[in-house]
Parts: sequence; C-alpha cells; structure tokens
Amino acid sequence: MSDQPMSVNLSRRRFLRSSGVVGGGLVVGVSLTGCGTPEIPFYPLEGAWSPNALIQVTADNLVRFYCPRDEMGQGVTTGLGTLVAEELDVAPGALDVAFAGAHPAYNNPDFGAQATGGSTSIKAHYLPLRQAAANVRAVILDAAAAELGLPRADLRSADGHVLAGDERYPYGRFVAAAAALKLPDEAPMKAASEFRYIGKDFPRLDAVAKATGTAEYGIDVDVPGMHHAVVVRPPVAGGVLKAFDAQVAAGEPGVTHVLEVASGVAVVAPKYWQARQAAAKLAPAIRWELPELATISTAQVKADYAAAMDNTAGDVDGDQGDLNAGFDNAAHTLEGDYWAPYLAHAPMEPMNAVVRIENGEVDVWSGTQGPGIAQGLVARYTGIDKENIRVHNSYLGGAFGRRATLTHVIEATQIAQETGKPIHLLWSREDDIKSGIYRPASLMRLRAGIDESGQISAWQAKRVGGNILPDTLRNMLPGVLPAGFGDSVIDWMVGMADGAFDGWVIEPTSIEGLFEDYDFPNREVQHVTVNHGLPLTFWRSVGHSFTAFAKESMVDELAQVAGTDPVALRLQNSRNNPRLAAVTRIAGERMRQMTVPQGHALGLAAHTSFGSYVAEVAEVSVENGTIRVHNVLCVVDCGQVVNPDVVKAQMEGAIMYGLTAALHGNLDLADGTIAQSNFHDYPILRMNEAPAVEVVMLDSAEAPSGVGEPGLPPIAPAVANAVFAATGQRLRSLPLKLA
Amino acid sequence: MMIEFTLNGQKVQTDDAPDTPVLWAVRDTFKLKGSKYGCGAGLCGACTMHVNGQAVRTCVLPVSAVAGKAVTTIEGLGTPEDLHPLQAAWRDHNVPQCGYCQSGQIMSAAALLAANPSPSATEVEQAMAGNICRCGCYPRIKAAILSVAESRALAAKLATEVS
Repeated sequence: MSDQPMSVNLSRRRFLRSSGVVGGGLVVGVSLTGCGTPEIPFYPLEGAWSPNALIQVTADNLVRFYCPRDEMGQGVTTGLGTLVAEELDVAPGALDVAFAGAHPAYNNPDFGAQATGGSTSIKAHYLPLRQAAANVRAVILDAAAAELGLPRADLRSADGHVLAGDERYPYGRFVAAAAALKLPDEAPMKAASEFRYIGKDFPRLDAVAKATGTAEYGIDVDVPGMHHAVVVRPPVAGGVLKAFDAQVAAGEPGVTHVLEVASGVAVVAPKYWQARQAAAKLAPAIRWELPELATISTAQVKADYAAAMDNTAGDVDGDQGDLNAGFDNAAHTLEGDYWAPYLAHAPMEPMNAVVRIENGEVDVWSGTQGPGIAQGLVARYTGIDKENIRVHNSYLGGAFGRRATLTHVIEATQIAQETGKPIHLLWSREDDIKSGIYRPASLMRLRAGIDESGQISAWQAKRVGGNILPDTLRNMLPGVLPAGFGDSVIDWMVGMADGAFDGWVIEPTSIEGLFEDYDFPNREVQHVTVNHGLPLTFWRSVGHSFTAFAKESMVDELAQVAGTDPVALRLQNSRNNPRLAAVTRIAGERMRQMTVPQGHALGLAAHTSFGSYVAEVAEVSVENGTIRVHNVLCVVDCGQVVNPDVVKAQMEGAIMYGLTAALHGNLDLADGTIAQSNFHDYPILRMNEAPAVEVVMLDSAEAPSGVGEPGLPPIAPAVANAVFAATGQRLRSLPLKLA
Repeated sequence: MMIEFTLNGQKVQTDDAPDTPVLWAVRDTFKLKGSKYGCGAGLCGACTMHVNGQAVRTCVLPVSAVAGKAVTTIEGLGTPEDLHPLQAAWRDHNVPQCGYCQSGQIMSAAALLAANPSPSATEVEQAMAGNICRCGCYPRIKAAILSVAESRALAAKLATEVS
C-alpha cells in the first residue's frame, strides 16, 4: 500500500508544523509520558500523588485520569481510559475521568498541539498512554515491595490493588512511598495476550451521565452573575457592519447591553430568551456592507466549477505511469462528473461559550476540539497571559470538525471584556446553518479506461472546488501563534496558504481518496481551486466524504461497462492494497449470500481513510421515487481494536451521518446567503429512515488506526451503486435524487 | 405576573415573560440543564419534557401554557443512583455517543411506553421519528426501548402467572 491513507493526518500535521505552531511555545518541556513533576493545571485532588500530568492517585485509592482528548461522542474517554486502565490494572469503570485543561502536557502526539480530530486519538495515544500508566503501576509495585518488605517479584496487581499472596492492598496505601521514588521511563507493558480490558466490551464510561442529563456540556455552564448574549451576524459571510440602531433593542425587556463586536452586533440580557427576542427585533435595523460573495448563488458556483473543469489546466499531483498509453490499451473508456454540495456539520449542540474575566484572570468554558487554541485566542484578544487563562473543557454535543473553529469563543470574550460580566454566548440553530463554516462543494471528473483483462489501465481524476486550509488557518492561527506575531503576519500566512494551494501545490484534503486505493498503473490527478468566499473547514472524513463517492461510483460503472462483477473488479485492481482487498472480499462474499425481498437491490463500496479499511454493502429499495436504505453491512479493519462496541458504534454513527449526506444533505447559496436555516430544510436522517447495521471487525494485530471517520466514505457510493442495481439510474450528484 | 406550575413534583413559580419557552424557563430560571436546546422550532426533540404525562417540545411551548400543569424533565425521571429502566437500558446498550440529544430521546421513549407498553419496532420508529440524533444512535435507541418493553411484558406475564 502507498503512503496515502495517512495523507489527511500528515497534511494537518504539515500545516501545523509549517506554520510555526510547534515553535510557538505550545510544545515545551513536559513529556506526555510523564517525568519529574509537571505542573497540573486543573483541579488537583487534595493530597493526591501526581506521578504525571495524566494520572492522580489518592490515599483513598481514587484513581483520576485526565483525558487529554475531547469527548465529542466518539468514546474517547472510554477508549483512552481503557488504555490507562489496562496498564495501571484498574477497572475502567473505577477510573475517575476528568477533562484536561489547556496545557502542552495534553498535546496530541500526532499534531504537536492540543487538538482532537483526524481520527487520531487511539492511534496517537495507544503506546504513549499505556507507557505512562505502566510506569505508574511499576512504581506503585516498587513502593509496595519496599513498604511490605516483600520481593518485588512476588507482587502482582489487579483492580487497583497490589496482590501479595492472599493479601490485597489498595494502591492508595503506597502513594506516599511511591511519591518518593523515581518513575521509570519505560516500564514493561503488557503483551496482547495479557490484555484484560483492551479488546473487551463494557459500558461506556459516560453512558450513565449521558442517560440521566447529568453530563455537563458547554451550554449547561452557569456561573454567578452570568448574562446571556446573542450576536446578530451579517447575512453573507465576510460582511462588515455599517450601521445599526441600538435603541431598537435597548428598550426591550431585560436588555443590559447592545454593542458592536468583531462579528456583528451583540445583545446582552440576564436571560437567554430576553437576549434572543431583542436580537430578533434588532436584526432588520442593522445595515451591512456585503462582500462579493453576495452576488453568488448555487447556479453560479456550478457554472464556475464546470467552466474550470473544462477550461482550466489544474495543478498536478500523484501522477504515475503513462496515462495516454493506459487509454490506448483500454477496451472501454468512461467519463463521469460527480457533484457534492456544501454541507454544515450541524452538531446537536450549537456553538456556545461562557467567558468570565475578573481581576486579570479569565475562565473559559466551552466544549472544543482544541482547548489550547481557545486559550491562545483569548490571550490574543484580551492581552492577558496564557498562565492566567483557564480553559475548562466539557462534553461536546457533537463536533464532526466544527468545534475546531472557535470564533464563538472570541465573540464571548469580547462581550465579556466590554460588558464586564460573565457571558454565556449561544448560537441558534439558524446561526449554525447560516453563519457557520462548511464542507466544501466539489465537482469531480473521472475518466477511466479498463482493458480486456479487467485491469483499470487509465485513471484521470480532476477536482474543482475550494480548499479548507486557508480558512481553517485564518481561524486557528490567532490561537496558536505567539502574541508577537501580529495580524499582518497571520494575514500573510493565510495568504501564502491561499496562494500555495492555488497554482502551486494541491491541498491534500482536496483530493485525498480520489486515486490512491487501486493499483492504477497509469494515472493523473489534477486540481483547480475555485473559491467563492464561503468559509470552509474539516467535515467528518474531510476530502474522503466526497472523493469516495466519485471513485467508488466510477469503479462500479467500469464493472458495468466491462460486464464484470464489481467485487471481482475491485479485488483484481487492489493488489497493492491487501487490507482493503481483504475487507472487500469479506463484504463481497457476504453480499453474494444475501437474499433480498423483491424490489430491493444491493450495492458495495470500499475505501481507505485515516489508516483504516472499510467495505460496506447497502440494501436499498426505491418506492415512489424515494430511496430507502434497509440494511447496511460494514466490514472494517482498523488494526488492534481497543473497545469493540465503541468501534461498532462509530461505524453505525458514521453510516448514519453519511446517509444524511447521501440522501438529504444540501446547502444552497442564494445571493451569498445560505438558503437553508434549520432541520426542516436541512433534514437529518431520522429513526424511521435508519437502516439496521451489522459491523464485522477484522481481527488484527496491526497498530490501531482511525475509527471516527472511516465508516463514512463508503456509504454514499454503496447506496448509489445499489440504486443503480435497483433502477438502472446512475446518480452522480449528492444528495442522491431519482430523476 | 407569576406563573405557577409543578416541576418534577415541586411547586414552582416564575416571573419570566409568558411567551418564554418552557425550555428556557427550566434551564435559565430553575437551572435544570438536562433538557437541551437543539433547534428552537420543535424539529429535533432535544428539549422534550412531559407535560401532564405527554411528551412535548418545550422549545416552542410558552411557559404560560403550563400554568397549573405538571412538568417532568429528565432530572425527574431518574438519577444516576436510581436509574429509570430506560436509562439502565441506555447504559446496557451503550446508546449514547455525544449524548446531547439523549435526554429528549429518553423522555419521548418514556412517554411512548406509558401510552403503549409493548410497541412494535415500527411503532417505536414512528414515535421516535421526532427526535434527531446526529451521532446516529438510532439502532441502539430502538433496541433499548424494545428491551424495556419486553422485560416489562415478561414481568407482567410472570406476575400474572404467580397470582
């Protein structure tokens, strides 16, 4: 296999490194595996022994784990908790899991920054976190041996206890002695055969809190004296405030402040509903200067993309072989244009933040994918040192890439600073859909040739659309660059990214997944950047969310035109990708054994992303022009599985998220405004549309790879291929709609 | 003007404006944060509470409309120490992912089972179609509800046989 499956992770790392984040004072000193006595920035337990930044043990035998990654539903508290529990010999359910605050000790080893995303958490922490826990367990046993006067070799550990013959001693008994000992650097870790929790099923550690309404999200934070803020933003992204009449809102019940902020106009009141009502009255009384985007509608986007597709030579990447020879050798040649629209993430919890500034110190409460970024943003916009800014993370009510962009934290900070009150800022669902940051729209043209033997002899891929990194940098850099780097430096860096990805190199996320999976001895990849100014960012599975649809549809089309079995065709052309071939083979065999009711049809798609390999089979019917997905089989190879049921849940969830996009997801631009506004016109898959999902996980001793995103890319093409099998209609536009 | 109602069995009163949605009165005035805001338009079900036993979208229900009525939130259904059977089923089926919608899901499910103790899978799907889960926990939500219905049916059957 090529180096391609990791391209998104590498690309994110590359942009962080190349833009100086790592040199920016975030990554210093403290090793994740723990050494010395690192500063514990948050909630130290009274009298607890803190062997490293991640683990604390009290004399009462309470074991706290500071989870360094953000819990957005992917089960990371359970997953990373399992790694700690395994090597520490503590039952996962007995761990007291707390969210880490902003501190370099909690950086993601894959990013060199405190960020959660890219399906990296288990992969990046699998060894470092186990090592950190193994070191702690080793020193507890050392302390126990000394204190009990027994040979170290006679001691074992289980369930938070040291075992000596028939005697059981809680770890807590030895913490005072352990604190005086030197922590080893590389205590032995368990062999896979010794795993007690890794690879086993048990309830998620957050299940009860989330079933009882006691799990605290950012939106739930309530501090004394807190006021609520609602911001009215421009109808078109990039619009600038011209004038507003504060009096329209100032006299409304409860309103204490009406003020201009960087993103628009804020209305503040003691209660949310008061601020919201007054803001609604104020909105028509605000005048904006609108950018060029205000002249753009979806039809124009599509026309511009089509013109660029036909007329603009793209930047080139990933070429190999001789494309012309490949087409010359082809028995059949096909060309198809595939469309994927702009999408919003629409996590169930809209963006929000609570910021309190008192006596030169700041507290920020917000569920984010980057607590360190939040801290940096607040530091930049207040001028207060990071040391005096505490970021309190919480559960995230969904994220999907959306909560790495933190403009709402900046808004709340500015309002708190100018009003002098603790501020709870909440975006409405309409704000989320209309004023957010989006999955880019894409037009992809694939031209492919297949020879008499069934080899795909030529593969020409071209994508037209916007890039996500410039906007993501624009929002992130102010939070990660040292204060000495002013706005002009940020503008320069964003401009460099903009320019670099338009005419020099292709942004990897814009084409990832379009060409890597199959052997394709002769291939060419082109990209044309066409950017209309709608802000763009990561969206669950990023480029793969649209490229897999094009690639896996075209492979099916090739099988159709060549008269071969689509599974056999995939297997014949994935000799260099054996793990993808393996999941495809298993899914294909299961597919052959499936019997479906009259009128139902099956479709298969397979895709590699985030280091994992997934094949999916969709059982579909078409009734009165409506596509219904009844059953989905998902076969996944994600290396060593840490929590089987969490992996299963992530596959189920990614399939549902992908089905929303496949069947419903569409945002339109109307004079630069997003035409949709809430769940009535941006519908989300509901239970009565949800298929039954069966997940098959391959037994693997390979290192763990991504889980949160890889289940998504294959579902749209699997459904499209099944719709073709059912109706003979080849649908090349998302969302899938029958003619 | 004060509006009085019963919240999780306690008499409460508020001077919130009568058009304030029940959701915001409960969250901002009575500080119960388990019920969530998701859409503000009765489209997603994250705000679902029981009003006199019926599942209601409280983000579009003015507080004046519950005067004299009994409102139950997720906090009134069960606690971590004393789980409602549905909450235990949620844990046992590993239902929640991000968890944000689950209070509303469980309140809808509890109202369903109160009205129809042994729903079919299709009846569950229909009754729960007003509750969006962006994480896609639907297969597990359905399984958890059906498991509670089945265990209650079993318990009822056993009780009948014993008596």
